[in-house]
Amino acid sequence: MNEKYLYPLMAVIALFLVAYVGVEAVGLQWLFGIIIPFMALITFVVGFVMRVNDWARSPVPFAIPTTCGQQESLPWIKPNKIDNPFTTGGVIIRMALEILLFRSLFRNTTCKLNEGPTISYVWEKWLWLFSLAFHYSFLTVLVRHLRFFLEPVPSSLQILDKLDGFLQIGLPGVMISGVVLLAAAMFLLLRRIVISQVRYFSLAADFFPLFLIIAIAVSGIMMRYFTKVDIVGVKELTMGMVTFHPHIPDGIGAIFYVHVFFVSVLLAYFPFSKLMHLGGVFLSPTRNVRCNTRAHRHINPWNPKVKVHTYAEYEDDFREKMIGAGLPVEKEL
Amino acid sequence: MADLKPDELIARTNFTPPKTGWMDTPTVIREGMFCYAAKPKSVATLGLPYPREWNPLNDDWKLPENWKEIIIEGMKDRLERFRTFKIFMDICVRCGACADKCHFFIGTGDPKNMPVVRAELLRSIYRNEFTKAGKILGRIAGARELTLDVLKEWWYYFFQCSECRRCSVFCPYGIDTAEITMMGRELLNLLGLNIDWIATPVANCYMTGNHMGIQPQAFVDMLDFFADEIEDTTGVRVHPTYNKKGADILFTTPSGDVFGDPGTYTAMGYMILFHYLKERYGLDVTWSTFNSEGGNFGLFTSNEVMKRLNIKMYAEAKRLGVKWILGGECGHMWRAITQYMDTMNGPADFLEEPVNPITGTKFENAKSTKMVHIVEFTADLIKHNKLELDPSRNDNLKVTFHDSCNPARGMGMFDEPRYVIKNVCNNFYEMPRNCIREQTFCCGSGSGLNASEDMELRLSGGLPRANAVKYVQEKHGVNMLACICAIDRAVLPPLMGYWVPEVDVTGIHELVTNALIIPGEQEKTVNLRGEDIPNKDEMDPDEYYTRPDFSGR
Repeated sequence: MNEKYLYPLMAVIALFLVAYVGVEAVGLQWLFGIIIPFMALITFVVGFVMRVNDWARSPVPFAIPTTCGQQESLPWIKPNKIDNPFTTGGVIIRMALEILLFRSLFRNTTCKLNEGPTISYVWEKWLWLFSLAFHYSFLTVLVRHLRFFLEPVPSSLQILDKLDGFLQIGLPGVMISGVVLLAAAMFLLLRRIVISQVRYFSLAADFFPLFLIIAIAVSGIMMRYFTKVDIVGVKELTMGMVTFHPHIPDGIGAIFYVHVFFVSVLLAYFPFSKLMHLGGVFLSPTRNVRCNTRAHRHINPWNPKVKVHTYAEYEDDFREKMIGAGLPVEKEL
Repeated sequence: MADLKPDELIARTNFTPPKTGWMDTPTVIREGMFCYAAKPKSVATLGLPYPREWNPLNDDWKLPENWKEIIIEGMKDRLERFRTFKIFMDICVRCGACADKCHFFIGTGDPKNMPVVRAELLRSIYRNEFTKAGKILGRIAGARELTLDVLKEWWYYFFQCSECRRCSVFCPYGIDTAEITMMGRELLNLLGLNIDWIATPVANCYMTGNHMGIQPQAFVDMLDFFADEIEDTTGVRVHPTYNKKGADILFTTPSGDVFGDPGTYTAMGYMILFHYLKERYGLDVTWSTFNSEGGNFGLFTSNEVMKRLNIKMYAEAKRLGVKWILGGECGHMWRAITQYMDTMNGPADFLEEPVNPITGTKFENAKSTKMVHIVEFTADLIKHNKLELDPSRNDNLKVTFHDSCNPARGMGMFDEPRYVIKNVCNNFYEMPRNCIREQTFCCGSGSGLNASEDMELRLSGGLPRANAVKYVQEKHGVNMLACICAIDRAVLPPLMGYWVPEVDVTGIHELVTNALIIPGEQEKTVNLRGEDIPNKDEMDPDEYYTRPDFSGR
């Protein structure tokens, strides 16, 4: 059982060692600071586009939305325009709620078998809450990192930094997003290990990205609060990348290269993994089509020609009996 | 099954998964949990591949030599034809929100009945054959070889899913296990691995026009018999018409309701309603013996077979020259009509956009399929006061309503049936919120699993539904479970008998015609079932619809 999380954990430790040793002992700053990140980014972009393209190549033969509310029907019955959207506007709202607020997950319940027997279904908000916290803190961290790639740093990013650090604890100030990201990722990890049902169907491929993201968060937090990375040097390196004049400034600690290497692995791994749910959620055919299939015909591009048993054949089979029963027939005996 | 008491059955249910991972836990095909293999004759009738005698309990399933190749090719073909399949194979994060939403998991505790694992049975092969990660990393990436055991496991568990889509409501990516099961069953059908409870109804429907294999003269006989019954209890003789050219409306409903109680009372309900509408408003509704099946077990076989059966609806409507089609109370029939029919066999441009000639209501939501649900139709009649009703005739009933999976999650028909029930019954009580509407629980026997040999599976899977009924039985004294699905009417009585004795099952149109005051009726003392009608007392049905506890929306 535990090979499912031991292998991914070992893999992340190995990645750490590769980068750390590579930089500290071998001096491969160029490789880990510039070449691998570039290649990872290209892999991510190309891989992502190709994967989405591959999905899009397959048609949607049938409109099969999951209807989660009252249909559009008689004029005096109030339809649920979001959970059973009849119009494109409704679909957009449904998708926005799904993507931005994880609406379906919000419905989650836990089933309990009690004495009696009675079965109870209790609203289970923690998975929803921590997933939301995880994704939004990750997004915030990501956006905050844009300051390394822009000069001058736009005021909107500075405002975001202020908001993120509004607690004003410590120096440098604690960014809430980083802490929340780490906490939420830990929750998602522990959930997979502790809840026996979830552990049962979890794969190594579920643990690996969690360990990797935790490692990214930890190495980032280390740099910011503990080893106090040479931030001017880092900015010099990142600006060199975006202006296509890559160079490696002196004095950036190995932990930075480890951090960048983790991120690179995550980017390169992304298109080949379940992380593609980022793209897939937009394309899910049970959510992103209108629930108006009785009012508008959906076209299947490969609608097959099929062999049918016609009425004429049916009448041929039963004509005598039909006439006997007084049923009208097309052809008399 | 009779030998296992409810307590004993539930005692075996344990949500703690086994020590061994699911890939390392061999699947044992167990009596009571599966349906018999498809008879070769039925498979051959449709010209489907590899008809043969085989037995799921035998080691040798008499598969063709190249069965693996057939499956892999079949997967490849379907990945290219269905975006759903591709995306649902790729994007699951195994968050587990679906895990305890499945009635078969809740009822059996078998972890392979968790929707996520059911899908992983197929995904593991997909990864192995179609993804780089799976090819390189194998088990670490969740991939495994396609073996005979895997194939058998597929068969066992894809026929332990009733395609109810409850898990899909909770999935953050809308992954629909019904779609995955449908793909799985299409693949199994490539090797002739259907179950007989699906294959034989399909063959019957193809040749005789209905699942039961009722021939035209017998169909007429059965409805004539119902007419006699109706005359006995109401004193009114109804005269249904068959295959009548130039009728206003063609009526199609599942043959199950013509065949077995308590569906027969619903069928009688339709006959009385059509008689009433003919007498009062001159509406001409005809039945068809050729199109004498609303249900479509092709949906549980493959999309092509579904199309081959469904095509009769439009063909017959066209031949008879009716204006539009009215469909009876049925679950998966309405999934097929709502989400497949028009795409497969439309456009029905030879029909008119449906208008209720009695009320003038245009059924805008059905203007392309040209097919109206009878509950929508009746709700419209009641709203416009076109039916003379005496709901007190149903006062012996305390009714709750079971949302059938397909009208719920494949259509969204929630308020129409409730409106009708509240206008024909004075005592209506909802089951708890997590068990109705889009979160409704399956009867445990949907998608062709309503055979008798898999009774243990059915009673286990029906537990969540039965348990919610038990709740309202204890709280409100509910004694009648109303539904709008013919499979429900066939399978809920034994389910109730097992878990919640004293609760009976009815279709909505039986309730409607109990309450309907038919022109020329004798003083009614018994209802269609021959049960005494309670004494009248005055009650305003509208009051119930406006009551604050109406959980309408």
